[in-house]
Amino acid sequence: MPTKLKPVDAVVVGVGLSGTILAKELAEAGLHVVGLERGRWRDTDPDFAMPHAHDELRYVKRHELMQDLSRETITFRNNAAETALPMRQLGSFRPGEGVGGAAVHWGGLTWRFLPWDFETRSRTLARYGSEHWPAECTSQDWGVTYDELEPHFDRFEYLYGISGKAGNVKGKIIPGGNPFEGPRSRDYPNPPLKTSYAGALFKDAAQKMGYHPFPTPSAALSQPYTNEYGATINGCVYCGYCQFFGCEMGAKASPQTAVLPNLMKQSRFELRTHANVVKVNLDSAKKRAVSVTYIDSRGREFEQPADLVLLTSYVFNNVRLMLVSGIGKPYDPVANTGVVGRNYAYQTPSGVTLFFEDKVFNQFMAAGGLGMTIDEFNGDNFDHAGLGFIGGGFFQAATSGSRPIEVRPVPRGTPRWGAEWKRAVAKYFNRSFGIAIQGACQSYRGNHLDLDPSYRDSYGLPLLRMTFDRRENEHKMSVWLTNKAAEIAKAIGPSKMNVTPRTEKYTIVPYQSTHNTGGAAMGADPATSAVNKYLQSWDVPNVFVVGASAFPQNGGYNPTGTVGALTFHALAAIKTRYLKRPGLLA
Amino acid sequence: MDESQRSDEGRRRFLKSVGALGAAIPAAAAAQHAGHVAVKAEKYMFLAPAEVAFLDAAVARLIPADDLGPGAKEAGVTYFIDQQLFGGWGAMAKMYRQGPHTEGTPQQGYQSPLTPQEVYRAAIAEVNAACAKQYGKSFDKLATAQQDEVLHALDEGRFPLDAVPPRFFFNMLLDNTVEGFFSDPIYGGNREKVGWKLVGFPGVAAAYTAHVEKHGVPYDALPVSIEDILQGKSALDEHGHPKHVLLVRKD
Repeated sequence: MPTKLKPVDAVVVGVGLSGTILAKELAEAGLHVVGLERGRWRDTDPDFAMPHAHDELRYVKRHELMQDLSRETITFRNNAAETALPMRQLGSFRPGEGVGGAAVHWGGLTWRFLPWDFETRSRTLARYGSEHWPAECTSQDWGVTYDELEPHFDRFEYLYGISGKAGNVKGKIIPGGNPFEGPRSRDYPNPPLKTSYAGALFKDAAQKMGYHPFPTPSAALSQPYTNEYGATINGCVYCGYCQFFGCEMGAKASPQTAVLPNLMKQSRFELRTHANVVKVNLDSAKKRAVSVTYIDSRGREFEQPADLVLLTSYVFNNVRLMLVSGIGKPYDPVANTGVVGRNYAYQTPSGVTLFFEDKVFNQFMAAGGLGMTIDEFNGDNFDHAGLGFIGGGFFQAATSGSRPIEVRPVPRGTPRWGAEWKRAVAKYFNRSFGIAIQGACQSYRGNHLDLDPSYRDSYGLPLLRMTFDRRENEHKMSVWLTNKAAEIAKAIGPSKMNVTPRTEKYTIVPYQSTHNTGGAAMGADPATSAVNKYLQSWDVPNVFVVGASAFPQNGGYNPTGTVGALTFHALAAIKTRYLKRPGLLA
Repeated sequence: MDESQRSDEGRRRFLKSVGALGAAIPAAAAAQHAGHVAVKAEKYMFLAPAEVAFLDAAVARLIPADDLGPGAKEAGVTYFIDQQLFGGWGAMAKMYRQGPHTEGTPQQGYQSPLTPQEVYRAAIAEVNAACAKQYGKSFDKLATAQQDEVLHALDEGRFPLDAVPPRFFFNMLLDNTVEGFFSDPIYGGNREKVGWKLVGFPGVAAAYTAHVEKHGVPYDALPVSIEDILQGKSALDEHGHPKHVLLVRKD
């Protein structure tokens, strides 16, 4: 029998980017909050300390900061005709584990999705008509608009101290920023990072072609910054060990640098690490969560009663806990009914690699979010008439850290090994850079998450099963976008280029991005969304499910900025409305 | 002047003398020759002598020693692989191991029930047995052209293996070879930082704030390893970043 603990006001399941913010704010508002984190405590010192912080093998290839699959993984298949098999080692994406979650090892690109992204379906139908809508596409409006989220984007950017250059302040277009972004109430809290050589060449070529390049908004900070929680985030030194690493400088905004110093001082907050939540317990009517059950590192089972349950773990665990606990109706892609597991999406990354004979780029001097971007070909910023696809992505000359185990591009046609390979690696390691495209990914009827019928985790619970492939829309988009990027690349004048659109069957093997989205999609209609516009479960209103799990489809950006905005948006609804009158928010 | 500075001086002088070597090769790589890596007797933990011989021969073909500098064998990649196999990775410490096991599609990735330890043990034995049958000797005793033929056959999936698909073993071997050539020397490979010198990678990073906007200016630093720092061989800034010694090129 589990040990029944003293009731608390709120329990936060997963102490990462969303969980730390919600816990801090609710504790300060007077609630007793318990944070349950299945991994361990991690902090800048000693966990990311020099010199071991700069170890590519350990962090990139042996996944020091990432999920231990021996305990729990997912299963994967491309389509329902296949048998899903476990993801036995990390590949396509790298979820985090431990306090701070994936926001410890994130790359720090901090975007606001476009106004169009939040109204993908209605705006597409209005502009192009239903014949332009992709087959079996279940992408939808989010139930919330960019304008509603703007104050929350602003709050998150100022909490994390994002470095960037505004392009649209209250409707006024600012030269040097992104003219396509939704109007923002004010500029970024910190100026942009410095410009790398790759970024400078890209900027020059893009400008000559009539585009509007701007510095990528970054959570690696251009200067020291103290946020509203009194936490000081340091200035980045461009060491280049950023994405997949913890920051030894405390210069990358993360739960550790931006929130935890304050949160851990909150007298009404208690953190429990190695606390693996296996179920949210509902009342007999299945309309109210009464507690969560978790298992600690000694195998002891505890029941923690709480009035409010906040699921704030990574996409997969948010969705799995809903399915295991019976929160909302599971999605059935055959009948096209149910909502939990519906609208799983991902990203469609592609790119162009440029090789030079006479230029040296020092791409190892870098920050995760260091780059120059254009947004001309994102969302619906360009006319899609006759193109046969919806969506787009930003193009970025990225200087995010070239380390030779993983980043050692060679021109296409070079053998995979041997003397010729060695010569090409030696020559081009420092004489190449890439233009990366963060392509969007729509949601489709057959792409979904559910519980695997065969494979189990170390607690005996079913693994989450992913059924996913990109569709014709994504492949067409990727080809078109990548050819556009190749035009810019050509204008820069490399001796050789690798142009690599994403057109093959989705594979879980090579790394692509840790941008898994959906499964607990938000929306205005309970028939097609698992949570409402406040990220509140339609069926069990004292459960909020916060994170990229709420994205009904993925935009052509990294998701974290929008996750931060949704977190503050849900928080505002909880604080100002739900706590005063608990129940389903209309 | 301490030992390390003296050797830097020596390298600098040497670099000046070979200044015309050509822009394509990083300066630090120019300072090393194929055979110039001190060989020490390794204490292998997992690999048997026949497996060491196989891997020494195989990795020497994957990343050969040549006029650009030492290859994977000289870099200690065999020892690196031994250490990795003996450690957590070789035993699938962070991997999901529960069955049932079926091979699945290529898109579904690693599905073998064998650990990397078992993969190497089984596959090397099979390759050697097949070489003995066809050529009358083990892989390491073959001429390099024959070795390349065997490696190509594995790479292209034409070499029959029973324990695992041939390309599965080859990809693991190639991946580990690249890891061993470019990872921090603390793991036993990349000896004397030959991999980093080859490509011009400085290893443990300095604070680059003052350099990142020096566009197009080569940064020819003597690479610094984690071990260098742990042993006090590198001067550090207040945040623990090494102060790189830049090789001055006069060409």
